[in-house]
Amino acid sequence: MNRSSPPPGMVENRPWLTFFAHAILIAGVALVAFPLYITFVASTLTLEQILTVPMPLVPGDQFWNNYTQVITAGSQRGAAAPVGRMMLNSLVVALIIPLGKISISIIASFAIVYFRFPLRNFFFWMIFVTLMLPVEVRIIPTFKVAADLGILNSYAGLTLPLIASATATFLFRQFFMTVPDELAEAARIDGAGPMRFFIDVLLPLSKTSMAALFVIQFIYGWNQYLWPLLITTDESMYTTVIGIKRMITGGDALTEWHLVMATAMLALLPPAVVVMLMQKWFVKGLVDTEK
Amino acid sequence: MAAEKRVIFRSAWLPYLLLAPQIAITIIFFFWPAFQAAWYSFQLQDAFGLQTEFVGLRNFHELFGDPRYLESFKITAVFSLSVASIGIAISLLFATMANRVIHGAIGYKTFLIWPYAVASAVAGVIFAFLFAPSVGIITFALKQIGIHWNWVLRGDQAMILVVVASIWKQISYNFLFFLAGLQSIPKSLIEAAAIDGAGPIRRFWTVVFPLLTPTTFFLLVINIVYAFFDTFGVIDATTQGGPAGATNILVYKVYHDGVKSADLGGSSAQSVILMIIVIALTVVQFRYIERKVHY
Repeated sequence: MNRSSPPPGMVENRPWLTFFAHAILIAGVALVAFPLYITFVASTLTLEQILTVPMPLVPGDQFWNNYTQVITAGSQRGAAAPVGRMMLNSLVVALIIPLGKISISIIASFAIVYFRFPLRNFFFWMIFVTLMLPVEVRIIPTFKVAADLGILNSYAGLTLPLIASATATFLFRQFFMTVPDELAEAARIDGAGPMRFFIDVLLPLSKTSMAALFVIQFIYGWNQYLWPLLITTDESMYTTVIGIKRMITGGDALTEWHLVMATAMLALLPPAVVVMLMQKWFVKGLVDTEK
Repeated sequence: MAAEKRVIFRSAWLPYLLLAPQIAITIIFFFWPAFQAAWYSFQLQDAFGLQTEFVGLRNFHELFGDPRYLESFKITAVFSLSVASIGIAISLLFATMANRVIHGAIGYKTFLIWPYAVASAVAGVIFAFLFAPSVGIITFALKQIGIHWNWVLRGDQAMILVVVASIWKQISYNFLFFLAGLQSIPKSLIEAAAIDGAGPIRRFWTVVFPLLTPTTFFLLVINIVYAFFDTFGVIDATTQGGPAGATNILVYKVYHDGVKSADLGGSSAQSVILMIIVIALTVVQFRYIERKVHY
Protein backbone atom coordinates (compact mmCIF):
# COMPACT_ATOMS: atom_id res chain seq x y z
CA MET A 1 0.00 0.00 0.00
CA ASN A 2 1.52 3.34 -0.98
CA ARG A 3 1.42 6.50 1.04
CA SER A 4 -1.31 8.20 -0.91
CA SER A 5 -3.83 5.40 -0.30
CA PRO A 6 -6.91 6.28 1.74
CA PRO A 7 -7.23 5.15 5.38
CA PRO A 8 -7.91 1.41 5.81
CA GLY A 9 -11.50 0.36 5.29
CA MET A 10 -12.34 3.33 3.16
CA VAL A 11 -11.74 2.61 -0.48
CA GLU A 12 -13.80 5.56 -1.48
CA ASN A 13 -16.34 7.74 0.16
CA ARG A 14 -19.91 6.86 -0.66
CA PRO A 15 -22.14 8.27 2.06
CA TRP A 16 -25.30 6.63 0.74
CA LEU A 17 -23.66 3.24 0.83
CA THR A 18 -22.47 3.73 4.40
CA PHE A 19 -25.98 4.81 5.34
CA PHE A 20 -27.38 1.72 3.62
CA ALA A 21 -24.90 -0.50 5.48
CA HIS A 22 -25.95 0.94 8.84
CA ALA A 23 -29.62 0.53 7.94
CA ILE A 24 -29.14 -3.14 7.04
CA LEU A 25 -27.15 -3.80 10.20
CA ILE A 26 -29.70 -2.09 12.42
CA ALA A 27 -32.43 -4.16 10.77
CA GLY A 28 -30.29 -7.25 11.35
CA VAL A 29 -29.75 -6.50 15.02
CA ALA A 30 -33.48 -5.81 15.41
CA LEU A 31 -34.36 -9.06 13.65
CA VAL A 32 -32.00 -11.03 15.84
CA ALA A 33 -33.07 -9.26 19.04
CA PHE A 34 -36.83 -9.21 18.45
CA PRO A 35 -37.48 -12.79 19.67
CA LEU A 36 -35.43 -12.08 22.78
CA TYR A 37 -37.31 -8.87 23.49
CA ILE A 38 -40.72 -10.55 23.17
CA THR A 39 -39.51 -13.38 25.40
CA PHE A 40 -38.48 -10.86 28.04
CA VAL A 41 -41.73 -8.91 27.78
CA ALA A 42 -43.81 -12.09 28.06
CA SER A 43 -41.84 -13.11 31.13
CA THR A 44 -43.00 -9.95 32.93
CA LEU A 45 -46.72 -10.29 32.16
CA THR A 46 -49.57 -12.28 33.64
CA LEU A 47 -50.94 -15.22 31.66
CA GLU A 48 -54.19 -13.29 31.08
CA GLN A 49 -52.25 -10.41 29.49
CA ILE A 50 -50.49 -12.82 27.12
CA LEU A 51 -53.75 -14.49 26.17
CA THR A 52 -55.30 -11.14 25.18
CA VAL A 53 -54.23 -11.02 21.53
CA PRO A 54 -52.16 -9.03 20.72
CA MET A 55 -50.13 -9.17 23.90
CA PRO A 56 -48.66 -5.88 25.24
CA LEU A 57 -45.30 -4.93 23.72
CA VAL A 58 -43.94 -3.21 26.81
CA PRO A 59 -42.79 -5.05 29.95
CA GLY A 60 -45.38 -5.59 32.67
CA ASP A 61 -45.04 -5.61 36.45
CA GLN A 62 -44.91 -9.36 37.02
CA PHE A 63 -41.13 -9.70 36.69
CA TRP A 64 -40.56 -10.49 40.35
CA ASN A 65 -43.58 -12.78 40.72
CA ASN A 66 -42.89 -14.87 37.62
CA TYR A 67 -39.19 -15.31 38.23
CA THR A 68 -39.50 -16.20 41.91
CA GLN A 69 -42.31 -18.60 40.99
CA VAL A 70 -40.23 -20.53 38.43
CA ILE A 71 -36.98 -20.43 40.38
CA THR A 72 -38.47 -21.71 43.62
CA ALA A 73 -41.48 -23.75 42.53
CA GLY A 74 -41.68 -24.32 38.76
CA SER A 75 -44.88 -24.20 36.73
CA GLN A 76 -48.31 -25.17 37.99
CA ARG A 77 -49.80 -27.14 35.12
CA GLY A 78 -46.64 -28.63 33.61
CA ALA A 79 -43.64 -30.03 35.46
CA ALA A 80 -43.57 -28.57 38.95
CA ALA A 81 -39.83 -28.75 39.49
CA PRO A 82 -38.07 -25.58 40.68
CA VAL A 83 -35.90 -24.04 37.96
CA GLY A 84 -33.32 -22.96 40.57
CA ARG A 85 -32.35 -26.59 41.00
CA MET A 86 -32.25 -27.08 37.21
CA MET A 87 -29.93 -24.11 36.80
CA LEU A 88 -27.59 -25.64 39.34
CA ASN A 89 -27.65 -28.91 37.36
CA SER A 90 -26.99 -27.04 34.12
CA LEU A 91 -24.09 -25.20 35.72
CA VAL A 92 -22.53 -28.42 37.06
CA VAL A 93 -22.87 -30.09 33.64
CA ALA A 94 -21.59 -27.00 31.79
CA LEU A 95 -18.50 -26.93 34.03
CA ILE A 96 -17.70 -30.66 34.15
CA ILE A 97 -17.92 -31.10 30.36
CA PRO A 98 -15.31 -28.46 29.38
CA LEU A 99 -13.01 -29.26 32.30
CA GLY A 100 -13.23 -32.99 31.56
CA LYS A 101 -12.73 -32.53 27.84
CA ILE A 102 -9.78 -30.21 28.27
CA SER A 103 -8.06 -32.48 30.81
CA ILE A 104 -8.37 -35.77 28.97
CA SER A 105 -7.67 -34.23 25.57
CA ILE A 106 -4.60 -32.28 26.56
CA ILE A 107 -2.84 -35.31 28.06
CA ALA A 108 -3.86 -37.48 25.10
CA SER A 109 -2.41 -34.95 22.65
CA PHE A 110 0.75 -34.68 24.74
CA ALA A 111 1.20 -38.45 24.45
CA ILE A 112 0.57 -38.42 20.69
CA VAL A 113 2.85 -35.49 19.90
CA TYR A 114 5.76 -36.02 22.28
CA PHE A 115 6.15 -39.80 22.37
CA ARG A 116 6.79 -42.57 19.88
CA PHE A 117 5.22 -45.85 20.88
CA PRO A 118 3.59 -48.89 19.29
CA LEU A 119 -0.03 -48.36 18.16
CA ARG A 120 0.35 -44.58 18.31
CA ASN A 121 -1.27 -44.07 14.91
CA PHE A 122 -3.97 -46.57 15.74
CA PHE A 123 -4.97 -44.60 18.85
CA PHE A 124 -4.87 -41.35 16.93
CA TRP A 125 -7.30 -42.69 14.33
CA MET A 126 -9.48 -44.16 17.02
CA ILE A 127 -9.97 -40.68 18.47
CA PHE A 128 -10.27 -39.16 15.02
CA VAL A 129 -13.22 -41.27 13.86
CA THR A 130 -15.34 -40.22 16.85
CA LEU A 131 -15.79 -36.96 14.93
CA MET A 132 -18.12 -38.95 12.73
CA LEU A 133 -20.30 -40.36 15.49
CA PRO A 134 -22.46 -37.60 16.97
CA VAL A 135 -24.61 -38.69 19.90
CA GLU A 136 -27.73 -38.33 17.72
CA VAL A 137 -26.85 -41.30 15.54
CA ARG A 138 -26.17 -43.73 18.37
CA ILE A 139 -28.71 -42.66 20.98
CA ILE A 140 -30.36 -45.94 21.82
CA PRO A 141 -27.28 -48.13 22.25
CA THR A 142 -25.53 -45.33 24.18
CA PHE A 143 -28.56 -45.12 26.44
CA LYS A 144 -28.29 -48.87 27.04
CA VAL A 145 -24.62 -48.56 27.96
CA ALA A 146 -25.47 -45.79 30.44
CA ALA A 147 -28.29 -47.89 31.89
CA ASP A 148 -25.98 -50.92 32.26
CA LEU A 149 -23.41 -48.77 34.03
CA GLY A 150 -26.12 -47.50 36.38
CA ILE A 151 -25.44 -43.83 35.63
CA LEU A 152 -28.95 -42.76 34.57
CA ASN A 153 -30.14 -39.71 36.53
CA SER A 154 -26.64 -38.77 37.67
CA TYR A 155 -24.07 -36.11 36.85
CA ALA A 156 -21.75 -38.87 35.63
CA GLY A 157 -24.40 -39.98 33.15
CA LEU A 158 -25.08 -36.42 32.03
CA THR A 159 -21.43 -35.65 31.35
CA LEU A 160 -19.21 -38.73 30.77
CA PRO A 161 -20.59 -39.73 27.34
CA LEU A 162 -20.07 -36.17 26.11
CA ILE A 163 -16.54 -35.73 27.42
CA ALA A 164 -14.58 -37.61 24.75
CA SER A 165 -13.83 -35.12 22.03
CA ALA A 166 -11.80 -35.40 18.90
CA THR A 167 -11.95 -31.64 18.31
CA ALA A 168 -10.22 -30.74 21.58
CA THR A 169 -7.56 -33.39 21.01
CA PHE A 170 -6.92 -32.01 17.52
CA LEU A 171 -6.76 -28.46 18.75
CA PHE A 172 -4.08 -29.27 21.33
CA ARG A 173 -2.18 -31.48 18.92
CA GLN A 174 -2.18 -28.66 16.39
CA PHE A 175 -0.97 -26.25 19.02
CA PHE A 176 1.77 -28.55 20.37
CA MET A 177 3.13 -28.94 16.85
CA THR A 178 3.82 -25.19 16.80
CA VAL A 179 5.71 -25.22 20.12
CA PRO A 180 9.43 -24.88 19.27
CA ASP A 181 11.41 -28.10 19.70
CA GLU A 182 14.12 -26.13 21.50
CA LEU A 183 11.89 -25.90 24.57
CA ALA A 184 11.65 -29.66 24.93
CA GLU A 185 15.35 -29.99 24.17
CA ALA A 186 16.26 -27.49 26.85
CA ALA A 187 14.02 -29.28 29.32
CA ARG A 188 15.73 -32.57 28.54
CA ILE A 189 19.20 -31.10 28.90
CA ASP A 190 18.15 -29.72 32.28
CA GLY A 191 17.18 -33.25 33.21
CA ALA A 192 13.47 -32.53 33.43
CA GLY A 193 11.18 -35.52 32.82
CA PRO A 194 8.23 -35.42 30.43
CA MET A 195 5.67 -34.57 33.10
CA ARG A 196 7.85 -31.73 34.45
CA PHE A 197 8.04 -30.34 30.91
CA PHE A 198 4.29 -30.76 30.45
CA ILE A 199 3.40 -28.95 33.67
CA ASP A 200 6.07 -26.22 33.62
CA VAL A 201 6.22 -25.45 29.91
CA LEU A 202 3.29 -26.80 27.89
CA LEU A 203 0.44 -26.03 30.30
CA PRO A 204 1.29 -22.33 30.69
CA LEU A 205 1.71 -22.01 26.91
CA SER A 206 -1.68 -23.63 26.32
CA LYS A 207 -3.65 -21.15 28.45
CA THR A 208 -5.15 -19.28 25.51
CA SER A 209 -6.27 -22.45 23.76
CA MET A 210 -7.75 -23.74 26.98
CA ALA A 211 -9.70 -20.52 27.60
CA ALA A 212 -11.09 -20.52 24.06
CA LEU A 213 -12.08 -24.16 24.30
CA PHE A 214 -13.63 -23.60 27.70
CA VAL A 215 -16.01 -20.92 26.41
CA ILE A 216 -17.16 -23.04 23.46
CA GLN A 217 -17.59 -26.18 25.55
CA PHE A 218 -19.37 -24.35 28.35
CA ILE A 219 -22.05 -23.32 25.86
CA TYR A 220 -22.09 -26.82 24.38
CA GLY A 221 -22.58 -28.34 27.85
CA TRP A 222 -25.21 -25.85 29.01
CA ASN A 223 -27.25 -26.32 25.83
CA GLN A 224 -27.28 -30.14 25.71
CA TYR A 225 -30.76 -31.40 24.96
CA LEU A 226 -31.22 -34.85 23.45
CA TRP A 227 -28.91 -36.70 25.82
CA PRO A 228 -30.28 -35.23 29.09
CA LEU A 229 -33.80 -35.74 27.73
CA LEU A 230 -33.11 -39.47 27.45
CA ILE A 231 -31.28 -40.17 30.66
CA THR A 232 -33.03 -37.94 33.19
CA THR A 233 -36.39 -39.16 34.42
CA ASP A 234 -35.95 -37.74 37.90
CA GLU A 235 -37.06 -34.09 38.11
CA SER A 236 -34.23 -33.22 40.47
CA MET A 237 -31.73 -34.08 37.70
CA TYR A 238 -33.37 -32.03 34.93
CA THR A 239 -31.27 -29.34 33.30
CA THR A 240 -32.87 -25.95 32.53
CA VAL A 241 -33.26 -26.66 28.82
CA ILE A 242 -35.11 -29.92 29.57
CA GLY A 243 -37.19 -28.14 32.21
CA ILE A 244 -38.65 -25.70 29.67
CA LYS A 245 -39.72 -28.47 27.37
CA ARG A 246 -41.43 -30.27 30.24
CA MET A 247 -43.43 -27.12 31.09
CA ILE A 248 -45.16 -27.02 27.73
CA THR A 249 -48.24 -29.07 28.28
CA GLY A 250 -49.59 -28.97 24.75
CA GLY A 251 -52.12 -26.49 23.38
CA ASP A 252 -51.31 -22.80 23.17
CA ALA A 253 -53.98 -21.70 25.55
CA LEU A 254 -53.12 -24.23 28.23
CA THR A 255 -49.41 -23.50 28.38
CA GLU A 256 -48.37 -21.06 31.10
CA TRP A 257 -46.43 -18.95 28.66
CA HIS A 258 -45.38 -16.31 31.22
CA LEU A 259 -43.57 -18.97 33.25
CA VAL A 260 -42.20 -20.75 30.19
CA MET A 261 -40.76 -17.46 28.90
CA ALA A 262 -39.23 -16.61 32.29
CA THR A 263 -37.55 -20.04 32.24
CA ALA A 264 -36.41 -19.45 28.65
CA MET A 265 -34.73 -16.22 29.80
CA LEU A 266 -33.02 -18.09 32.63
CA ALA A 267 -31.89 -20.80 30.20
CA LEU A 268 -30.41 -18.44 27.63
CA LEU A 269 -28.91 -15.70 29.76
CA PRO A 270 -25.89 -17.52 31.26
CA PRO A 271 -24.47 -18.73 27.93
CA ALA A 272 -25.38 -15.44 26.16
CA VAL A 273 -23.55 -13.44 28.83
CA VAL A 274 -20.54 -15.74 28.50
CA VAL A 275 -20.48 -15.19 24.71
CA MET A 276 -20.77 -11.42 24.96
CA LEU A 277 -18.33 -10.88 27.82
CA MET A 278 -15.74 -13.37 26.62
CA GLN A 279 -16.17 -12.47 22.96
CA LYS A 280 -12.48 -12.67 22.19
CA TRP A 281 -12.10 -16.22 23.53
CA PHE A 282 -15.41 -17.23 22.02
CA VAL A 283 -14.41 -16.18 18.51
CA LYS A 284 -10.99 -17.76 18.85
CA GLY A 285 -12.54 -21.00 20.11
CA LEU A 286 -15.04 -21.09 17.29
CA VAL A 287 -12.43 -20.53 14.61
CA ASP A 288 -9.85 -22.87 16.16
CA THR A 289 -12.16 -25.81 16.72
CA GLU A 290 -13.26 -25.76 13.08
CA LYS A 291 -9.76 -25.87 11.64
CA MET B 1 -0.06 -37.05 10.50
CA ALA B 2 2.35 -35.22 8.33
CA ALA B 3 4.66 -33.27 10.60
CA GLU B 4 6.52 -34.96 13.42
CA LYS B 5 8.35 -33.67 16.45
CA ARG B 6 12.11 -34.04 16.34
CA VAL B 7 12.58 -34.05 20.07
CA ILE B 8 10.70 -36.76 21.87
CA PHE B 9 10.52 -38.22 25.31
CA ARG B 10 11.02 -41.88 26.03
CA SER B 11 8.85 -44.00 28.27
CA ALA B 12 7.42 -47.48 27.89
CA TRP B 13 4.27 -46.84 29.87
CA LEU B 14 3.63 -43.09 30.26
CA PRO B 15 2.03 -42.44 26.82
CA TYR B 16 -0.44 -45.26 27.35
CA LEU B 17 -1.37 -43.91 30.76
CA LEU B 18 -1.91 -40.44 29.28
CA LEU B 19 -4.12 -41.81 26.53
CA ALA B 20 -6.08 -44.17 28.77
CA PRO B 21 -8.94 -41.85 29.89
CA GLN B 22 -9.69 -40.61 26.38
CA ILE B 23 -9.50 -44.09 24.85
CA ALA B 24 -11.62 -45.64 27.62
CA ILE B 25 -14.43 -43.12 27.13
CA THR B 26 -14.17 -43.44 23.37
CA ILE B 27 -14.55 -47.21 23.51
CA ILE B 28 -17.33 -47.25 26.10
CA PHE B 29 -19.47 -44.44 24.72
CA PHE B 30 -18.58 -44.37 21.01
CA PHE B 31 -17.34 -47.65 19.63
CA TRP B 32 -19.39 -50.05 21.69
CA PRO B 33 -22.71 -48.23 21.01
CA ALA B 34 -21.89 -47.74 17.32
CA PHE B 35 -21.05 -51.42 17.05
CA GLN B 36 -24.31 -52.29 18.80
CA ALA B 37 -26.31 -50.05 16.47
CA ALA B 38 -24.79 -51.89 13.54
CA TRP B 39 -25.52 -55.24 15.20
CA TYR B 40 -29.16 -54.42 16.06
CA SER B 41 -29.75 -53.22 12.53
CA PHE B 42 -29.46 -56.80 11.33
CA GLN B 43 -31.90 -58.08 13.94
CA LEU B 44 -35.61 -58.16 14.55
CA GLN B 45 -36.95 -57.90 18.09
CA ASP B 46 -40.40 -59.03 19.20
CA ALA B 47 -42.76 -56.52 20.80
CA PHE B 48 -41.65 -57.37 24.34
CA GLY B 49 -37.95 -57.29 23.60
CA LEU B 50 -37.62 -60.89 24.74
CA GLN B 51 -36.53 -62.57 21.55
CA THR B 52 -34.27 -61.40 18.82
CA GLU B 53 -33.79 -62.94 15.45
CA PHE B 54 -31.04 -62.37 12.90
CA VAL B 55 -32.71 -61.08 9.75
CA GLY B 56 -29.80 -59.88 7.64
CA LEU B 57 -30.59 -56.85 5.55
CA ARG B 58 -34.35 -57.07 6.07
CA ASN B 59 -34.53 -53.92 8.23
CA PHE B 60 -32.76 -51.95 5.52
CA HIS B 61 -34.90 -53.50 2.85
CA GLU B 62 -38.08 -52.57 4.70
CA LEU B 63 -36.77 -49.08 5.36
CA PHE B 64 -36.22 -48.31 1.72
CA GLY B 65 -39.59 -49.81 0.88
CA ASP B 66 -41.27 -47.51 3.41
CA PRO B 67 -42.66 -44.38 1.73
CA ARG B 68 -42.51 -42.49 5.05
CA TYR B 69 -38.77 -43.07 5.26
CA LEU B 70 -38.20 -41.92 1.70
CA GLU B 71 -40.41 -38.91 2.45
CA SER B 72 -38.23 -38.17 5.49
CA PHE B 73 -35.17 -38.10 3.23
CA LYS B 74 -36.87 -35.57 0.99
CA ILE B 75 -37.95 -33.46 3.96
CA THR B 76 -34.42 -33.51 5.36
CA ALA B 77 -33.04 -32.40 2.00
CA VAL B 78 -35.50 -29.49 1.71
CA PHE B 79 -34.96 -28.52 5.34
CA SER B 80 -31.17 -28.62 5.36
CA LEU B 81 -30.75 -26.91 1.99
CA SER B 82 -33.16 -24.12 3.00
CA VAL B 83 -31.43 -23.59 6.36
CA ALA B 84 -27.98 -23.60 4.74
CA SER B 85 -28.67 -21.43 1.70
CA ILE B 86 -30.91 -18.77 3.28
CA GLY B 87 -28.79 -18.65 6.43
CA ILE B 88 -25.59 -18.21 4.42
CA ALA B 89 -27.11 -15.51 2.19
CA ILE B 90 -28.40 -13.43 5.12
CA SER B 91 -25.17 -13.78 7.09
CA LEU B 92 -23.08 -12.81 4.07
CA LEU B 93 -25.17 -9.65 3.66
CA PHE B 94 -24.70 -8.69 7.33
CA ALA B 95 -20.98 -9.52 7.27
CA THR B 96 -20.38 -7.47 4.11
CA MET B 97 -22.14 -4.48 5.67
CA ALA B 98 -20.33 -4.87 8.99
CA ASN B 99 -17.03 -5.03 7.14
CA ARG B 100 -17.89 -1.74 5.45
CA VAL B 101 -18.86 0.38 8.44
CA ILE B 102 -16.07 1.73 10.57
CA HIS B 103 -18.08 3.22 13.36
CA GLY B 104 -20.02 0.83 15.55
CA ALA B 105 -18.74 -2.34 13.89
CA ILE B 106 -17.88 -3.94 17.24
CA GLY B 107 -21.27 -3.03 18.65
CA TYR B 108 -23.10 -4.62 15.72
CA LYS B 109 -20.93 -7.70 16.02
CA THR B 110 -21.67 -8.08 19.75
CA PHE B 111 -25.41 -7.88 19.14
CA LEU B 112 -25.35 -10.25 16.19
CA ILE B 113 -23.39 -13.10 17.74
CA TRP B 114 -25.30 -13.91 20.92
CA PRO B 115 -27.97 -16.22 19.39
CA TYR B 116 -25.15 -18.77 19.07
CA ALA B 117 -25.48 -19.17 22.83
CA VAL B 118 -29.18 -20.07 22.72
CA ALA B 119 -29.92 -23.80 22.94
CA SER B 120 -31.79 -25.07 19.90
CA ALA B 121 -34.63 -26.33 22.11
CA VAL B 122 -34.94 -22.87 23.69
CA ALA B 123 -34.92 -21.24 20.25
CA GLY B 124 -37.68 -23.69 19.30
CA VAL B 125 -39.80 -22.75 22.33
CA ILE B 126 -39.38 -19.02 21.66
CA PHE B 127 -40.38 -19.33 18.00
CA ALA B 128 -43.26 -21.65 18.88
CA PHE B 129 -44.50 -18.83 21.13
CA LEU B 130 -43.99 -16.04 18.56
CA PHE B 131 -45.82 -18.07 15.92
CA ALA B 132 -48.38 -19.72 18.24
CA PRO B 133 -51.65 -20.14 16.31
CA SER B 134 -53.84 -18.44 18.90
CA VAL B 135 -51.64 -16.13 20.98
CA GLY B 136 -48.50 -15.56 18.90
CA ILE B 137 -47.57 -11.96 18.18
CA ILE B 138 -46.29 -12.76 14.68
CA THR B 139 -49.40 -14.84 13.99
CA PHE B 140 -51.40 -11.71 14.88
CA ALA B 141 -49.30 -9.52 12.59
CA LEU B 142 -49.65 -11.99 9.72
CA LYS B 143 -53.41 -12.03 10.22
CA GLN B 144 -53.47 -8.26 9.72
CA ILE B 145 -51.99 -8.69 6.27
CA GLY B 146 -54.35 -11.53 5.44
CA ILE B 147 -52.19 -14.59 6.08
CA HIS B 148 -53.89 -17.22 8.14
CA TRP B 149 -51.14 -18.88 10.11
CA ASN B 150 -51.50 -22.25 11.81
CA TRP B 151 -48.41 -24.44 11.75
CA VAL B 152 -50.07 -26.97 14.03
CA LEU B 153 -52.33 -27.95 11.14
CA ARG B 154 -50.40 -26.93 8.03
CA GLY B 155 -47.29 -28.83 7.04
CA ASP B 156 -45.75 -26.12 4.84
CA GLN B 157 -46.07 -23.53 7.60
CA ALA B 158 -44.59 -25.96 10.13
CA MET B 159 -41.58 -26.35 7.82
CA ILE B 160 -41.21 -22.56 7.51
CA LEU B 161 -41.32 -22.25 11.30
CA VAL B 162 -38.51 -24.76 11.93
CA VAL B 163 -36.43 -23.32 9.09
CA VAL B 164 -36.76 -19.76 10.46
CA ALA B 165 -35.93 -20.83 14.03
CA SER B 166 -32.91 -22.86 12.83
CA ILE B 167 -31.58 -20.02 10.69
CA TRP B 168 -31.99 -17.47 13.48
CA LYS B 169 -29.78 -19.58 15.72
CA GLN B 170 -27.10 -20.13 13.09
CA ILE B 171 -26.74 -16.57 11.71
CA SER B 172 -24.12 -15.63 14.30
CA TYR B 173 -21.86 -18.52 13.38
CA ASN B 174 -21.97 -17.83 9.64
CA PHE B 175 -21.59 -14.11 10.26
CA LEU B 176 -18.37 -14.54 12.26
CA PHE B 177 -16.76 -16.75 9.63
CA PHE B 178 -17.72 -14.44 6.77
CA LEU B 179 -16.48 -11.40 8.67
CA ALA B 180 -13.14 -13.14 9.31
CA GLY B 181 -12.99 -14.10 5.64
CA LEU B 182 -13.73 -10.54 4.50
CA GLN B 183 -11.15 -9.06 6.82
CA SER B 184 -8.46 -11.34 5.42
CA ILE B 185 -8.95 -10.03 1.86
CA PRO B 186 -6.07 -7.68 1.07
CA LYS B 187 -7.25 -4.07 0.82
CA SER B 188 -4.95 -3.53 -2.15
CA LEU B 189 -7.05 -5.90 -4.29
CA ILE B 190 -10.22 -3.92 -3.60
CA GLU B 191 -8.38 -0.67 -4.24
CA ALA B 192 -7.00 -1.94 -7.54
CA ALA B 193 -10.53 -2.83 -8.65
CA ALA B 194 -11.79 0.57 -7.49
CA ILE B 195 -9.07 2.34 -9.45
CA ASP B 196 -10.09 0.31 -12.50
CA GLY B 197 -13.49 1.88 -12.06
CA ALA B 198 -15.45 -1.05 -10.62
CA GLY B 199 -18.31 0.05 -8.37
CA PRO B 200 -19.04 -1.56 -5.01
CA ILE B 201 -21.51 -4.14 -6.36
CA ARG B 202 -19.30 -5.15 -9.26
CA ARG B 203 -16.30 -5.35 -6.91
CA PHE B 204 -18.25 -7.64 -4.63
CA TRP B 205 -19.16 -10.15 -7.34
CA THR B 206 -15.87 -10.10 -9.26
CA VAL B 207 -13.31 -9.76 -6.45
CA VAL B 208 -14.74 -10.32 -2.98
CA PHE B 209 -17.16 -13.17 -3.54
CA PRO B 210 -14.74 -15.42 -5.49
CA LEU B 211 -12.19 -14.96 -2.69
CA LEU B 212 -14.86 -16.02 -0.19
CA THR B 213 -15.62 -19.28 -2.02
CA PRO B 214 -13.62 -21.47 0.39
CA THR B 215 -15.40 -19.89 3.38
CA THR B 216 -18.79 -20.29 1.69
CA PHE B 217 -18.15 -23.92 0.85
CA PHE B 218 -16.94 -24.64 4.37
CA LEU B 219 -20.06 -22.99 5.82
CA LEU B 220 -22.28 -24.93 3.44
CA VAL B 221 -20.99 -28.23 4.80
CA ILE B 222 -21.11 -27.04 8.42
CA ASN B 223 -24.68 -25.76 7.98
CA ILE B 224 -25.85 -28.98 6.42
CA VAL B 225 -24.36 -30.96 9.31
CA TYR B 226 -26.02 -28.48 11.70
CA ALA B 227 -29.40 -28.89 10.00
CA PHE B 228 -29.05 -32.68 10.02
CA PHE B 229 -28.24 -33.10 13.71
CA ASP B 230 -28.21 -30.00 15.88
CA THR B 231 -31.73 -28.95 14.98
CA PHE B 232 -33.17 -31.89 16.90
CA GLY B 233 -34.04 -29.51 19.76
CA VAL B 234 -35.83 -27.06 17.47
CA ILE B 235 -38.01 -29.84 16.03
CA ASP B 236 -38.71 -31.50 19.35
CA ALA B 237 -39.69 -28.23 21.02
CA THR B 238 -41.99 -27.12 18.20
CA THR B 239 -43.52 -29.52 15.69
CA GLN B 240 -42.24 -32.90 16.95
CA GLY B 241 -42.00 -33.99 13.35
CA GLY B 242 -45.61 -33.08 12.57
CA PRO B 243 -48.13 -32.29 11.33
CA ALA B 244 -48.47 -35.66 9.61
CA GLY B 245 -44.70 -36.06 9.32
CA ALA B 246 -44.18 -32.76 7.46
CA THR B 247 -41.09 -31.88 9.53
CA ASN B 248 -39.97 -35.41 10.38
CA ILE B 249 -36.28 -35.07 9.53
CA LEU B 250 -34.06 -38.18 9.62
CA VAL B 251 -32.53 -37.59 13.04
CA TYR B 252 -35.94 -36.98 14.56
CA LYS B 253 -37.26 -40.16 13.01
CA VAL B 254 -34.39 -42.20 14.53
CA TYR B 255 -35.33 -40.85 17.93
CA HIS B 256 -39.05 -41.25 17.42
CA ASP B 257 -38.90 -44.80 16.08
CA GLY B 258 -36.34 -45.93 18.63
CA VAL B 259 -37.53 -44.19 21.78
CA LYS B 260 -41.24 -43.57 21.29
CA SER B 261 -42.13 -46.58 19.13
CA ALA B 262 -39.42 -48.90 20.53
CA ASP B 263 -38.61 -50.29 17.08
CA LEU B 264 -35.02 -51.21 17.85
CA GLY B 265 -34.12 -52.89 14.57
CA GLY B 266 -35.63 -50.22 12.33
CA SER B 267 -34.21 -47.34 14.37
CA SER B 268 -30.74 -48.93 14.42
CA ALA B 269 -30.82 -49.41 10.66
CA GLN B 270 -31.64 -45.70 10.36
CA SER B 271 -28.74 -44.90 12.71
CA VAL B 272 -26.38 -46.85 10.48
CA ILE B 273 -27.57 -44.92 7.41
CA LEU B 274 -27.12 -41.62 9.26
CA MET B 275 -23.59 -42.64 10.26
CA ILE B 276 -22.79 -43.29 6.61
CA ILE B 277 -24.09 -39.80 5.74
CA VAL B 278 -21.99 -38.18 8.49
CA ILE B 279 -18.90 -40.05 7.31
CA ALA B 280 -19.52 -38.84 3.76
CA LEU B 281 -19.94 -35.23 4.92
CA THR B 282 -16.80 -35.44 7.06
CA VAL B 283 -14.80 -36.76 4.12
CA VAL B 284 -16.06 -33.88 1.94
CA GLN B 285 -15.08 -31.43 4.66
CA PHE B 286 -11.58 -32.86 4.96
CA ARG B 287 -11.07 -32.92 1.23
CA TYR B 288 -11.88 -29.23 1.30
CA ILE B 289 -9.38 -28.56 4.09
CA GLU B 290 -6.67 -30.36 2.12
CA ARG B 291 -7.45 -28.20 -0.88
CA LYS B 292 -7.24 -25.06 1.21
CA VAL B 293 -3.80 -26.09 2.45
CA HIS B 294 -2.52 -26.58 -1.10
CA TYR B 295 -3.71 -23.21 -2.32
